[in-house]
Amino acid sequence: MLSYLIKRILATIPVMLFVAVFIFLLLRLTPGDPAAMLAGDFANDAQIAEIRAKLGLDEPLWKQFGLWISDMLRFELGESFYYKKEVSELILSRIEPTLSLSLLTIIFTVLIAVPLGTIAAYKQGSWMDRGIMGFSVLGFSLPVFVIGYGLIYVFSVQLGWLPVQGYARIADGVGEWLYRLILPAIALSVIFVAFIARMTRTSVLEVLGEDYIRTARAKGQTESRVLMRHALRNAAVPIVTVIGLAIAILIGGVVVTESVFTIPGLGLLTVEAVLNRDFPTIQAVILFFSVVYVLINLAVDVSYTLLDPRIRY
Amino acid sequence: MAAVDQSPFRQTLGRVFSNTSVLIGGGLALVIVLIGLLAPYLDTRDPAGISPANRNKPPGFETTVRDYDTGQKIPVTYRMGSDTLGRDIYSRVVYGARTSLIVGVSVAAIAIFLGTLIGLLAGYFRWADGIIMRIMDGMMAIPAILLAIAVVSLFSAGLLSVIIAIVVSEIPRVVRLVRSVVLSIREEPYVEAAITAGTPTPTLLMRHVLPNTLAPLIVQGTFIVASAIIVEAILSFLGIGIPPDIPTWGNIMAEGRQVFQLHPHNILYPGAILGLTVLAVNILGDGLRDTMDPRFSKRV
Amino acid sequence: MSNVLDVTGLTVRLPGSSDRKNAVENITFSVGAGELVCVVGESGSGKSVTAQAVMGLLPKELKPSEGETKLLGEDTLAATPNRLRDLRGTKMAMIFQEPMTALNPVARVGEQIEEVLEIHTDLSKSQRRARAIEIMDHVHLPDPERMVDSFPHQLSGGQRQRIMIAMALVLDPALLIADEPTTALDVTTQAQILKLVKEMQERRGTGVLFITHDFGVVAEIADRIVVMQHGSIVEQGPRDQILQNPTQPYTQMLMASVPSMKPPQRTPVDGDPAITVRGLNKVYGRTGLLSRDRIVHAAKDIDLDVARGETLGIVGESGSGKSTVARCIARLIDPTSGTINLQGTEIATMRESRLRAIRSRVQIVFQDPYRSLNPRRTIGLSLIEAPMNFGVSREDALREARDLMALVGLQSDALERYPHQFSGGQRQRICIARALAVKPDILIADEAVSALDVSVQAQVLELLDDIRDKYRLAMLFITHDLRVAAQICDRLIVMQNGIVVEQGPTSDVFANPTQEYTQLLLSAAPGTDVEFGSGKAV
Repeated sequence: MLSYLIKRILATIPVMLFVAVFIFLLLRLTPGDPAAMLAGDFANDAQIAEIRAKLGLDEPLWKQFGLWISDMLRFELGESFYYKKEVSELILSRIEPTLSLSLLTIIFTVLIAVPLGTIAAYKQGSWMDRGIMGFSVLGFSLPVFVIGYGLIYVFSVQLGWLPVQGYARIADGVGEWLYRLILPAIALSVIFVAFIARMTRTSVLEVLGEDYIRTARAKGQTESRVLMRHALRNAAVPIVTVIGLAIAILIGGVVVTESVFTIPGLGLLTVEAVLNRDFPTIQAVILFFSVVYVLINLAVDVSYTLLDPRIRY
Repeated sequence: MAAVDQSPFRQTLGRVFSNTSVLIGGGLALVIVLIGLLAPYLDTRDPAGISPANRNKPPGFETTVRDYDTGQKIPVTYRMGSDTLGRDIYSRVVYGARTSLIVGVSVAAIAIFLGTLIGLLAGYFRWADGIIMRIMDGMMAIPAILLAIAVVSLFSAGLLSVIIAIVVSEIPRVVRLVRSVVLSIREEPYVEAAITAGTPTPTLLMRHVLPNTLAPLIVQGTFIVASAIIVEAILSFLGIGIPPDIPTWGNIMAEGRQVFQLHPHNILYPGAILGLTVLAVNILGDGLRDTMDPRFSKRV
Repeated sequence: MSNVLDVTGLTVRLPGSSDRKNAVENITFSVGAGELVCVVGESGSGKSVTAQAVMGLLPKELKPSEGETKLLGEDTLAATPNRLRDLRGTKMAMIFQEPMTALNPVARVGEQIEEVLEIHTDLSKSQRRARAIEIMDHVHLPDPERMVDSFPHQLSGGQRQRIMIAMALVLDPALLIADEPTTALDVTTQAQILKLVKEMQERRGTGVLFITHDFGVVAEIADRIVVMQHGSIVEQGPRDQILQNPTQPYTQMLMASVPSMKPPQRTPVDGDPAITVRGLNKVYGRTGLLSRDRIVHAAKDIDLDVARGETLGIVGESGSGKSTVARCIARLIDPTSGTINLQGTEIATMRESRLRAIRSRVQIVFQDPYRSLNPRRTIGLSLIEAPMNFGVSREDALREARDLMALVGLQSDALERYPHQFSGGQRQRICIARALAVKPDILIADEAVSALDVSVQAQVLELLDDIRDKYRLAMLFITHDLRVAAQICDRLIVMQNGIVVEQGPTSDVFANPTQEYTQLLLSAAPGTDVEFGSGKAV
């Protein structure tokens, strides 16, 4: 078990290294002067020269990478020329809204998608299955901003039940926080629910075809327990895997949702940074999101050891 | 029993074209393609033509405009209303179909071509596998939309940079798919029989391995079209995709954001068409998967 | 009311698109208390459907349309789903073919046995556990107190099947249905499981309905025999009556097809070896920085020679390394060390680019006829692929292919057709024709008849024997089946865990095995007291 953990953690190192190299090279290999790009459009020559020295642009590429990665590892992400602030500070101040939105979405999703997918699999071919799968294709096809604006139009503009946009910190009261977050979380959940319900259905269907399900029935076990004790328990690993992978969809969705609902989180920061060509921020945010994604999937892999006794070497 | 005598290829074809999802999704997608192709003939006007007098008009608004050449007044209808510059949303939506389709189809074609090449390499040559798959893992560690954002942020905005950005984020999935097919097919006894038959490796790949990737790739390709259309719309909507002078569904919505509460038609019409298009392609993909590729479909 | 099970006029309808109307048709038989009834038949005979119908576990698309299956006088076909659940585990229980997949991989085996008690009894948790340990002890599982907390993957195939039997018998059902319970097991394990089933039947007075395709197994354990074909019962009666005086031609044919355990007298084949293997090793895995574990010596210091016109058999259980040797010789995998000499040409270390030119000299026929032919290509294309690689023109290759079709007993219009239009036996003939198309010196048959029904198996064996003589092939015959080996091999190599434990002329090995393992293998083969192969039992 310990050696599995160590192996798994070691395996993320090349992945992280690649991500770092990729993000590093993005800026170095594009035509133009990286220092000028990093300094922004309104920098003077002295500022550019200063950045040039700091990045070691006259050094060989691998040395530049060493400098850069050691900065990143120390969470020294450089200075945003648009916000005139340390990027690390910027990221820390923007985490709360993004985390709130993501967690709420994941909770909605798991509570809705896993039961839906399981029912669809169990009642394969029935009208319920078709309905759930139909919804799934639909949810998968509507971009999150279309859903977002659709919801705003109905619930905020027409009915006036919920605010159009904005965010309230959780410190200012859970009620207000939830009130402002509920619509964005629903909008973001739709695609997530669609995806995970579909994958749950596939996994459960596969398990239902296994021999040990037949064994359980041959014992005289009731159908509901066959489903809960045997099918879901075995489908847990693929379902958790899919949820981990779907975090990528979630992160993409967060960027868009925060823009639609003007939530001042990391997603909105990303978009603002791109629009203002604020490269230190773009690099840092993408690196940050990727690290989070890789770490979540590491956690998912580690959770297998709890879910499946076969993974214990 | 006639069907039994047909080649597997014909049998598959027969299944595909009698599948409801394929017919409905494919039919709808075909309509969208025709709309894009026939845009100038669908009673559209210049999608970039501004009209300061007719800004923010509701859907169905009727008025007259003066024709520049003849000086005559001709009646026009804003079927889907007009935007803040008085441009006809209907014409912009119809022309916007072109951009979406170009992006969707070219991304799918390029991603599949490159991904298949790399995937074959990784699946068949063990020395290449380790390196290629580590790189693909790394690329997949960056969430697709962020990867696309990173790539577009470096180039000047435009159709090509959007296509490149989306291709980069789609390639790893194609590579994985092709590799998994190759890995499972190379274990098949008929491939081993071909090895003992002295068939050279390139022929072996073309003759026995590659045909097995065709069905999963067509299915995957359909889903790539759908996802590329969405990502393009997202990038354009965020204002970092295709420049605003080209009508795309994402751009139309981006421009409608400021006045959304007063004039929701700016977003609702292109949004609905966008959703319908992607839905059609996804339904088609589901049908193709069920009929062509029941074996590999669930792995991706 | 002495019978545990009375099946009367059972008919199960197949879905509309099938090639026959009913999966089983109007079958009638019974199982008495403490009686072991074997239902024997080839694939498609409907024997498994019968078992599933009794248990109420038929797949959704199959519906019993007529008849009744009375379990202790109660018709299970007419029972409500709830009643059926009550009966399962208490009055009737079932064990399956694949012990590897029949247990839930994420639940402890004890928990899975206790589940039966939890469903059907009011026993407390500690009582259930005690009962589970007790029944595990009864089926002779070692150290049940410890094993009760094991997961299935920690157990061997034989142990898992014992767990299944324990689970089935924990509530002493009147009827045990066993659906090919030993087919996936090695012969030595099979012998132990058969013994256990017999013991349970006798000690507990359980009526057993035993489904099998293997006449050896039937001869070993049956009290009564039911022979099925195409969904109908051909013949039934007490064991000795059926085995000694089968009245129906189908039964006679089936029994004649079972290869005899007595090797025929064969004159030793002299002549130059077509292939000489010395010191062949194949090692999987290697010591790395992190993984010091898992080095498998799949084949160790193998020496063998095969002369032209001779058949050398390699027999052994799964994991013995017999297929590894075959695949090394065919150079589908690279040997770790050793030499493979084809009449002066050393191929063990030859590079693939040079090897390709002489690949025609070693050809191989695989086990699974359904995966051995590219489903997208016509038989003709599959047959001419190899000759054309070696420079034969398309016309010549096609002409040759037509002759080969005739040789293996197929029509020449088969060349235009696709693999899915042929049966398993026909496909295996096509594979043999494909191997012959490049006129090899050495033909490797890697479990080439193992997936075939016994009547088809007999024909394919005969074909292999014929072509070996006709082309003076050196044949390397890999099999786990001692009966098959007895009939076709001139000499035998017995392998275990990657090493050769015994070798010699087939008749010597069978008559006077010198090694303990060989003796064990031979004694484990079921039904050795009955003489098959001649159509008459001794």
